[in-house]
Amino acid sequence: MRRIEALKGIYPELERSVVVTIMGAVAAELQSLGHRPNFFYLQHAMGLASSLGMGIALTRPELPVVVLDGDGSILMNLGGLTTLARYRPRNLLHVIFDNESLLSVGGFPTATSTGTDLAGIAKAAGIPRTASVNTLDGFVSEFRAALAADDLTTLVAKVDAVGPPSFLTDLGLLENRFQFQRALKEWGK
Amino acid sequence: MPVSLNNSRLIYDALKANGVSLVSALPETWLVHMIRMAEEDPVMTLVRLAKEEEGVGLSAGAHLAGTKSAMLMQNHGFLASVNAIVSCAQLYRIPLLMLISLRGDFGEKDPWQTEGGLVTEHVLKALRIPYNLLEHPGHVADRIRKGLTLASASNRPVALLLCRDLMWEE
Repeated sequence: MRRIEALKGIYPELERSVVVTIMGAVAAELQSLGHRPNFFYLQHAMGLASSLGMGIALTRPELPVVVLDGDGSILMNLGGLTTLARYRPRNLLHVIFDNESLLSVGGFPTATSTGTDLAGIAKAAGIPRTASVNTLDGFVSEFRAALAADDLTTLVAKVDAVGPPSFLTDLGLLENRFQFQRALKEWGK
Repeated sequence: MPVSLNNSRLIYDALKANGVSLVSALPETWLVHMIRMAEEDPVMTLVRLAKEEEGVGLSAGAHLAGTKSAMLMQNHGFLASVNAIVSCAQLYRIPLLMLISLRGDFGEKDPWQTEGGLVTEHVLKALRIPYNLLEHPGHVADRIRKGLTLASASNRPVALLLCRDLMWEE
């Protein structure tokens, strides 16, 4: 499964959600499908997208929050999974695109390439709903089921280690940040 | 345990008086009373972290979603959070309020705290994080209010160092 196809498959749901992504290919590919004011791209601070999403989900329980994480990023903040599980924000859907690679720095393999099971780690950390999928249909259907479940979910999607030719976009980091803050302030008004 | 309950209460009350409604924390001796106060307070959200840098992401999310937060941590937790502060809070202009217990300063008996005490203020300066000391009960309400005012006006992190003379009664 290609990540861009997976993102296309859930784009209608993302449009209606508060979305936090990691840096690199995920951010560039989502922007290539169409940026929305309710999408925030954490273009550094690897590992913290899930913590940032949790900060939104805990303080605004009425918002559907989707975090688009990656294997390289979540491996830098595995302890954060235990914090997520502990506070269990039911409005948070945590997607991990696992391409078994640090793609943006040249494709060096991560530990998931030698068997580390991120869905297993999430489950053992106490995340109430976990799943691992490797087909587009499976991903879209698990994603929709997670949104409908009204409980904290970590959904691992095995994807190919391919990305866009460039990770740079014309959206300024601070432009994105202030636009996103305003979108959350005006949500539902 | 000779951690000052009265001064912990002063700090906690000042956070509340300034509208802080989410606190992240990783327990350390000097912070225990404040963590219990947050835990027992029905209108405070307390998030106990596995590692302090998570708190930077958490506070960033809370800020973007409209909630004022504070981080309670030891100086070694601050040192462990430097990349998160630089690559999240500073890069994205997030007004963090960090309350950092300054272990390893004059009077420290624990040998393992002493290196962190030497470098904490230097690292704050290198990161260009405005900071002030809370050494005396008279500092607490005023400096917390002013620290939050600066964090909010500048959209940047600020730090308050919780000092031995304020936190420890011995």
